[in-house]
Amino acid sequence: MSELLGLAERIAGQALPGEQLEAYVARGRSTSVRAYRGEVEALTQAESAGVGVRVVVDGRQGFASAGTLDEGVIADTLAEARDNARFGEPDPWYGLAEPDGVAPPSLELYRPSVAAIPTARKVELAIELERLVTAGDPRIIGVRTASYGDGAGEAAVATSTGIAVASRATSCWLSASALAADGGETQTGHGVDVGRDLDSLDLEATAAEAVSRATRMLGARKAPSQRLTVVLEPRVTAAFLGIIGGMLSGERVLKGRSPFADRLGEEIASPLLTLVDDATDPRSLGADTHDGEGLATRRIPLIGSGVLRSFLHDTYTARRAGAVSTASAVRGYASTPAVGAHALQIEPGTRSAAEVLAEAGDGLLVQSVSGLHSGVNPVSGDFSVGVEGLRIRGGELAEPVREVTIASALQRMLRDVVAVGADLEWEHDGTAGVSLALRDVSLSGS
Amino acid sequence: MATAVSASATISSASPDRPGSRGTRVQYDRRDGLGQRAQEPRSEPSGASVRFLRPGPSEGRRASGLVIDESVLQRALGAALRTGGDFAEVFVEDRRGTSAYLDDGKVEEVTSSRSRGAGIRVVVGETTGFAHTADLGEAGLLAAAEAAAAVARQGGGGTRAVALSARAVAPEGSVAIPPAGVAKARKVELLKRADEAARAEGGAIRQVAASYGDSWRSILVANSEGLLAGDQQVKTLFRVSCVATGDTGMQTGHESVGHTVGFELFERYHVDDLARRAARRALTKLTARPAPSGTMPVVLRSGGGGVLFHEACGHGLEADLVAKSASVFRGRVGELVASPLVTLVDDGTMSGEWGAISIDDEGHPAQRNVLIRDGVLTDFMWDRLRARQEGRAGSGNGRRQSYQHLPMVRMTNTYVLDGADDPDEIVRQTDRGVYVAQLGGGQVNTASGDFVFGMTEAYLIEDGVLTEPLREGNLIGNGPEVLRNIDAIGDDFAMGSPGTCGKDGQGVPVGDGQPTLRVTALTVGGTAG
Repeated sequence: MSELLGLAERIAGQALPGEQLEAYVARGRSTSVRAYRGEVEALTQAESAGVGVRVVVDGRQGFASAGTLDEGVIADTLAEARDNARFGEPDPWYGLAEPDGVAPPSLELYRPSVAAIPTARKVELAIELERLVTAGDPRIIGVRTASYGDGAGEAAVATSTGIAVASRATSCWLSASALAADGGETQTGHGVDVGRDLDSLDLEATAAEAVSRATRMLGARKAPSQRLTVVLEPRVTAAFLGIIGGMLSGERVLKGRSPFADRLGEEIASPLLTLVDDATDPRSLGADTHDGEGLATRRIPLIGSGVLRSFLHDTYTARRAGAVSTASAVRGYASTPAVGAHALQIEPGTRSAAEVLAEAGDGLLVQSVSGLHSGVNPVSGDFSVGVEGLRIRGGELAEPVREVTIASALQRMLRDVVAVGADLEWEHDGTAGVSLALRDVSLSGS
Repeated sequence: MATAVSASATISSASPDRPGSRGTRVQYDRRDGLGQRAQEPRSEPSGASVRFLRPGPSEGRRASGLVIDESVLQRALGAALRTGGDFAEVFVEDRRGTSAYLDDGKVEEVTSSRSRGAGIRVVVGETTGFAHTADLGEAGLLAAAEAAAAVARQGGGGTRAVALSARAVAPEGSVAIPPAGVAKARKVELLKRADEAARAEGGAIRQVAASYGDSWRSILVANSEGLLAGDQQVKTLFRVSCVATGDTGMQTGHESVGHTVGFELFERYHVDDLARRAARRALTKLTARPAPSGTMPVVLRSGGGGVLFHEACGHGLEADLVAKSASVFRGRVGELVASPLVTLVDDGTMSGEWGAISIDDEGHPAQRNVLIRDGVLTDFMWDRLRARQEGRAGSGNGRRQSYQHLPMVRMTNTYVLDGADDPDEIVRQTDRGVYVAQLGGGQVNTASGDFVFGMTEAYLIEDGVLTEPLREGNLIGNGPEVLRNIDAIGDDFAMGSPGTCGKDGQGVPVGDGQPTLRVTALTVGGTAG
């Protein structure tokens, strides 16, 4: 890690007079094993590294990146970033982050045990996952994928303005996609588990999740068009949170592309809803001590009991908005920092998932959503997405439903929350969802 | 759970995209700030081929990447097979790109990227070992070969010598104006022209974003069967997104063009036209009414709905998914799976199109493959691995996102051939339905065939006439059902917008196209009550 930081500092140290220079250096290692029919289908060992160099000079910004840490290429990359800066237009708000005195959270996100997992063990896990899925139900005809994977990543950022930080993290995951068939019909179901190390993964639960999600969809039919209460499963809620997080980005707000732009301090959601972005929460895979510009991360209250409390800012949007950066710069080495959420989470309610269903009475439990990236307009907030799931009748799960869409506007959806589950579930992108009941959603079907 | 996202297609993948590695978090960057789909190619268009370049002294100012001695490739292949693999392959890639982005009235930044490395795979039986390295020196290649060979450790292969013989690939098209030789100032100028043209469409246009991207990609494939093939691929892309503000709130309009060509793209397309079209789409939507809900006839305008076929059947015709029973089309070759009006083709040879390649990423020459002829399923698409398992020839559909990825079956340009109907007549003969002028992204569950995609420009058809514009809604349906329910196909074929197809977390550039056609019944998921 100190090696990467040293490299970043050496690059940033080459700033010319009147020039701000930032180097972001990252390196990662990962392994994944995919099992198929009791054998290894593919075993991948990957190492990658890269550097991104940002230059700000005379109010202009230039950037270049390279997928290597080779010294010669780094020199070229720096020269290219300087050249690119000549062609951007000046903007008084451009500038690198400067140390702001906020102490980084104390987080241990790196588990040395991950590097010590023998390859044979990884192979075993993938094969066992596939076996458990296939044995889980007589209607399971196979798996599309059954995989184990792990990775370790480290990153350092240094600037000529005094930033010099580094961090590292590990992660492990299991993923299974089951195929269930009955009477010529095939359905799929996914099971996923993620964690910082092997101990936090649950093989049986991941397999069982894939099996039950696939088999319970057998016999699914279209439902008639209607308005009804929908209950989003935690992973579906998390997917919507990602989009809502985008609408709270300072960038969108400044550029007039957020429907929430002028609504700070107003009630924009049900009082049941509290939303934070908290990269200091080690339970999230999005947790980190620093953001992509090197500022210490902090807990950001976005919506508190329905009231809009804050937007997300990086250094640029904060300066331009006359605010303070919330340390919400996200990036890889191949891109300049941009505003994003690290670890969005809804404050869990007090009801179990079953109680949320009971409260819904009659409605639809949504187990998966498709077309989220084509069916949601994050500028207007309108959305229409394909869903599948199970009918809720008398507070209990009933027959499966497929090939229907639900539609609303995200602004309305936030207000229509009628129950928040206690069943917090962490997703691989760092977001945490809970069961969420929404009233009066329009469903299109037969 | 879709970790893969794309402009024209996505099939969801349950595999987390390497959590823990940096830069995979939820990101709302400036490039998708306009509701311009996050799934569209980001800064660097990537992908297909323009002309064949033999490894060795290279052409062009920037073509300096892939000079690797043949004997080094042979030693790497030998090392990969040392533990007893049946097949080994070295894939080398060098990629450079430039992009420029304008937003909020100013050119925010110009970005350059460079990436090169090699991916080495070893196949033993049904098992593949894969490792990649950014070190193209002999030591780096040998280390990656050893790592990939680890999957076959139980065997004992001994040293095998591999003789490489270059396969000639006919030059397909050529780059008239290599983007690398064009001054950055000219690229930036295009953005400003687009901004001005869009804003000139009216004061309701409040936001304009435009992006320019070019990429140069050189690949080299060597394998243990003696194949040695190379290619150079140049792509150029331009996109405009507008936000219009009115009584109904904010509405967006997009337009993009991308081709496997150089800077001459801008001789064929004028950025001000593109910008005006994007602006008008946004303005039209200000007066649009919510889309209706329910099942009804849908007419797709030529070039605006090819993604439907990419999703509705293209993915289901990929041999890897078929082999795993994850396709509704499994075991149905020779059967009538679509209306007899439908002939569906996947064609990597369409020179200059966004999904064009001259060789695939396994060194196989591009082909034109008829998948469905007059409604009858004729064949699937194949990569090397699946073709070998079935004892047949590949089809030129083995593609990968980069040297860091394993190849798998992917589409190139997927399209429906012309029919005999008059496009205007198709609309006139539709009493009530939806006319879709442009579709957005989509997603399919290949196992069930269920798909969904967004309409980005659509109108109501009433008594055979287009009436009101509709706000965004989704179309949802089932692939085989839609194919059977096509009852009219026009004679006005056109290709659609450039897309990136996501599958198992890998994105590759793809094209699609179709003539005007009608689906008798599709579910429209609108926002009207």
